Amino acid sequence: MPRESETAQAARPAAAGKAVRPAGAPGAADDSAAIARMRSAGLRRRLGVNGVRVLLVAAWLGSWELAARNWIDPFYYSMPSKIWDRLAGWFTDGTSQGSIWEQISYTLQEAVAGFVLGAAGGVVLGIVLGRSRYLSDVCAPFIKAVNAIPRIILASLFVIWFGLGMESKIATAFVLVFFAVFFNAFQGAREVDRNLVNNARILGAGRMQVLWTIVVPSATSWILASLHSAFGFAIIGAIVGEYSGADKGLGLLINHSQGTFDSAGIYAGMIIITVLALLAEWLLTVVEGRLLRWRPPAAGADPQI
Amino acid sequence: MPKRATTPENADDGRVNTGDPVIELRGATKRFRSSGGGVHTAVRDLNMTVRPGEFVAVVGPTGCGKSTTLSLVSGLEPASEGDALVHGRPVDGIPDGVGYMFQTDAVLPWRTVLDNVATGPRYRGAGKREARERAREWVERVGLAGFEGYFPHQLSGGMRKRVALAQTLVNEPSVLLMDEPFSALDVQTRGLMQDELLRLWSGSGAAVVFVTHDLEEALVLADRVVVMTAGPATIKSTFAVPLERPRDAEEVRLTAEFLDVYREVWESLREEVQITRERGAGNAA
Repeated sequence: MPRESETAQAARPAAAGKAVRPAGAPGAADDSAAIARMRSAGLRRRLGVNGVRVLLVAAWLGSWELAARNWIDPFYYSMPSKIWDRLAGWFTDGTSQGSIWEQISYTLQEAVAGFVLGAAGGVVLGIVLGRSRYLSDVCAPFIKAVNAIPRIILASLFVIWFGLGMESKIATAFVLVFFAVFFNAFQGAREVDRNLVNNARILGAGRMQVLWTIVVPSATSWILASLHSAFGFAIIGAIVGEYSGADKGLGLLINHSQGTFDSAGIYAGMIIITVLALLAEWLLTVVEGRLLRWRPPAAGADPQI
Repeated sequence: MPKRATTPENADDGRVNTGDPVIELRGATKRFRSSGGGVHTAVRDLNMTVRPGEFVAVVGPTGCGKSTTLSLVSGLEPASEGDALVHGRPVDGIPDGVGYMFQTDAVLPWRTVLDNVATGPRYRGAGKREARERAREWVERVGLAGFEGYFPHQLSGGMRKRVALAQTLVNEPSVLLMDEPFSALDVQTRGLMQDELLRLWSGSGAAVVFVTHDLEEALVLADRVVVMTAGPATIKSTFAVPLERPRDAEEVRLTAEFLDVYREVWESLREEVQITRERGAGNAA
């Protein structure tokens, strides 16, 4: 395919820069200088962005600390130094409920179990209903109704059903995650390119093969998008469940802080949960990047957001 | 002089080609329910036969129902009336030995070039290693050696068409249906792909039905050109293309014989294009 060799070269990521001009041509030096300039400009920009971020955080925490020391009542609003002391205390001396690691692991187990079960259920049911017009027509009003229930209230019901242990929190996390994932999986399975399905059928695929090789991969990007928010929901479910009644966990810790008017404790719990959620988010992004390797990079996408 | 047959009924009578027809349409009609609740007839009363190894191009005005003809043969859509037969058997589901190349990209974006081409054999029960081996051979034959590990988005439009071509041909179809496969390509790449198609098809013995709105493309490729009427489409006339094979897609269009047959077919096609245009103008007003 001699006439297409140029496009072919351009498609090779490694050769992309070189294909334009033969090596040794005048101007190769200009090129490398331009590349160096662009690199250092990019570096400067990154440094600038991070610098401004650090400044913003410092200004926010500093003004809070200053205000709490001079004008506002730290009993209600707490202050960064107190929150830091509380965090340090939890990790060195333990909490009123026992070791902080135990609380974290308890909440994390509930969230992860609820997340895995909810995501699996949502994906399976979403894909099944998305592919079957009949089933989705039958189920549509029920799903709409269940989705309209303020599901967080179910946490109270689950405590009565499953008791104070982990099960009630897993159930709460499950219902929150399930619906978030279900709707995306449903949409993803429904929006499969008809062309791809027809092509697969012509190439010899049976119904199950179409499902596994066309529908599931097509819906994957939809499903992965929903998993990001779903893990947040799983943590909310676990914490709210612990709030409604528990013998361990970060939610209980926060609830206890509320009971003792310990605003620093509430903030400290919040920070721990935020860190957990960010770690999970990072992990999901790594998984997503691996699974969606085949996707073209979005034009002008900023990896920071 | 080009051999000419003006009615579909005697289209095949003058031909020396023997062998049972691989594709037969007998009074095939396809109606769809239109979005307004009415009935839209895409094609009506189609009669057509294609013999083994024959390359037939179907031309007609834009949107007249040419693609529907292919769906009837491929079994993707059942005929509302009349019969579609492939290898003498009525079409019910996807018939054996049918390959179909779609107008838009139908390669799987999440599979590499090699795995895309291996898709057909895998569906048909070949083991992973065997499917890949056959795929590798076809990747080479369509000129993509070295690109086995690339994902479709990393390829140019022409290269993706090559992948689609390999994906279809690896199943060794005896009936090859093509729905304006090269219409999205630029003119130079299209000429190149037409040459590739002729090269890969020659000697394969496959019967080809190639739908296009581009008369030049039809004449470059086909043994026989079928002109369809403005929608609801039916066959208006059939023309034999008396050009020698093997043909060079870029060169053949410059010959006097080509221009003669072009003029003759265009005479027939022009009226239909005119009708479609007037309708379009009527709708726009």
